[in-house]
Amino acid sequence: MSDATVPIPRPTLAVWKFASCDGCQLSLLDCEDELLTLAKAVRIAHFTEMTRASTLGPYDISLVEGSITTAEDVERIKVVRANSRFLVTIGACAATGGVQALRNFAPPGEFAGMVYAHPEYLDSLDTSTPISAHVRVDYELHGCPIDREQLLEVLLAFLAGRRPVIASYSVCQECKARGTVCLLVSRAVPCLGPVTRAGCGALCPSIDRGCFGCFGPSDSANCDALATRLKGLGTSESSVARLFGTFNTAAPGFAEQAQAVRVNVAIADTRHRTPEEPRP
Amino acid sequence: MSTAINHSSSIGLDLQTIVVLTVEGLDEFVARLRALGYEVMGPTLRDGAIVPGPVNSSKDLPRGVHDLQSPGSYRVMREDDGEIFGWAVGPGSWKNEYFPPSQVMWRSEIVGDTLVFRQPDRSHALLAIVGARPCDVAALRILDHVLEEGVHRDSRYSERRDSNFIAVVECASPADTCFCASMKSGPGIDEDFDVALTELNDELGHRFIARIGSPRGADVLSSVSTRPANELDLEARALLLETASRAMSRSLPFDEVANLLARNVEHPRWLDVAERCLSCGNCTSVCPTCFCSDVHDTTDTSGAIERRRTWSSCFDLEHSYLHGGSVHESSSSRYRQWMTHKLSTWWDQFDSTGCVGCGRCIVWCPVGIDITEEVAAIAAHDQARVAVPSRPGAS
Ligand code: SF4
Ligand code: SF4
Ligand code: SF4
Ligand code: SF4
Repeated sequence: MSDATVPIPRPTLAVWKFASCDGCQLSLLDCEDELLTLAKAVRIAHFTEMTRASTLGPYDISLVEGSITTAEDVERIKVVRANSRFLVTIGACAATGGVQALRNFAPPGEFAGMVYAHPEYLDSLDTSTPISAHVRVDYELHGCPIDREQLLEVLLAFLAGRRPVIASYSVCQECKARGTVCLLVSRAVPCLGPVTRAGCGALCPSIDRGCFGCFGPSDSANCDALATRLKGLGTSESSVARLFGTFNTAAPGFAEQAQAVRVNVAIADTRHRTPEEPRP
Repeated sequence: MSTAINHSSSIGLDLQTIVVLTVEGLDEFVARLRALGYEVMGPTLRDGAIVPGPVNSSKDLPRGVHDLQSPGSYRVMREDDGEIFGWAVGPGSWKNEYFPPSQVMWRSEIVGDTLVFRQPDRSHALLAIVGARPCDVAALRILDHVLEEGVHRDSRYSERRDSNFIAVVECASPADTCFCASMKSGPGIDEDFDVALTELNDELGHRFIARIGSPRGADVLSSVSTRPANELDLEARALLLETASRAMSRSLPFDEVANLLARNVEHPRWLDVAERCLSCGNCTSVCPTCFCSDVHDTTDTSGAIERRRTWSSCFDLEHSYLHGGSVHESSSSRYRQWMTHKLSTWWDQFDSTGCVGCGRCIVWCPVGIDITEEVAAIAAHDQARVAVPSRPGAS
């Protein structure tokens, strides 16, 4: 760079954590080869997994990981939003509430009571909700964890001022593109691929296991029809509910299937209980 | 078809000659193609399905492998009959070899003060397919028309396609999901090949009738041990094809379906199928004639750009995305787009059917939606009786 050149300020990047496991932000560090070039294009202003140094906002782009589970979170995400030009959420927790959203469908405190010796020390909300339920989100990256190529693509698209090239169709199309023989059709393996958003490159089916939906529903998922089919192939009702009820358990489409069994079990319980039996 | 391989002038075999080769002869045939410099591909057994794969000798072909197919279900099983082509098409189609799921069109980078465009290396070995089925060849003919014969010729497709060698094998064992007979694309074949084989496995032995479809085919067969075919061979072939045609339980009304769908764009069945359809796009991915693609540019931090073409499907919202939203918002409109394109509007666009009756979309649909059953349901409650001109069956 010659002395006469006025350096163009690099856009600033901040990474924020809410209720999450840090796996998604670590995908950024995972971008080993590309990280150095990226660091020349953006200035990392706040990223506690990488450095304690932190600069004040506003920031050009904020990556937000995790879901909203405390009253403090509700306030903090508003501050992040107000200080960010572009807000991109990363991962299933931020996009749909994550696995911790299982509690949204249980009586308040039920899960906490199972996990913690002293749940009374906890100060959290009864629900785990996605970032988009609280503030405007400019882009959502899905997956548990996110795919690092997709993360890079979103950042590169931001830098070039273009739309990210990220598919919203089903995992099945990635399966077909890589030539994986469909596990569901050829072996009746329960697979959520037909209703799950692409992005992983159909990783699980390629190593012989059904998709467990970590990218959440595709843009046109018909979860009812898939659930019916899986049951028809011999997957039990509770297994189908469990399949839908993991990382994206609160995502519209998945939630209804994940909860179907809870409702049905309750109905079955009432049906099979003799009048003398105490209620559970 | 043109070729870059210098086939010596044929010795003794002409296009009318019909010969018979043994299993060893088939091996010689594969070896001869390889010696000529072809990359030989054919049906191979992988991960519980018969899919296109490399064939270095006839041992790579699925000997003794048979299949059981039904809507949404596919299984293979082994028998010791030694038959090599005793199966119907699996999930992979030959489309992928000519029109891959993802392809770099060009890359550009900034060198000094200029923007430099580069094509990826497009050289590749010439392709010979041993064991395409008649419906596969019919599908390639349809793709030729779409990708090569229009105003904008797809040179990437042509490069691979124009120099290929096709040894088709007629079908003696259609699956329960096949309906090529009604689509006029099988189980036998009379043109568009270099060599056509018919596998016979009866009291006269395990052998292949070979018919010649091009000088190249004649050349390759000339250097393989054969004997002339006799009446018994030809009778056995005729019987085999007739039995195969009759074995097909599914069919589509070839002459009527285009019109039927055109006058039933509003039909309750579209809503019914939408309840079952997952919009997953497996059907368009496995269909040997679906050609939709998307083109995207990506950038990196150095200013380099990559333009890539990838398959796309009318079951994706993105497929019909225009300013402000998708045209095919509902699942029923997406299914209708798929089915009416294959069977009806393809006639308007390309003057042919877009379906060859291979049955892949029926088998590989995770919920087993059956295109023939959907047509039958619409026909059973025909909503209007207005003929649309320019399609077969319009009077
Ligand atoms: S294995 Fe799963 S993701 Fe792949 S095509 Fe089959 S259903 Fe779809
Ligand atoms: S529409 Fe179905 S049966 Fe017809 S060619 Fe395509 S995959 Fe085969
Ligand atoms: S059926 Fe759909 S994916 Fe196939 S060619 Fe037609 S529009 Fe394209
Ligand atoms: S018809 Fe079947 S394969 Fe096609 S999109 Fe619908 S569910 Fe998927």
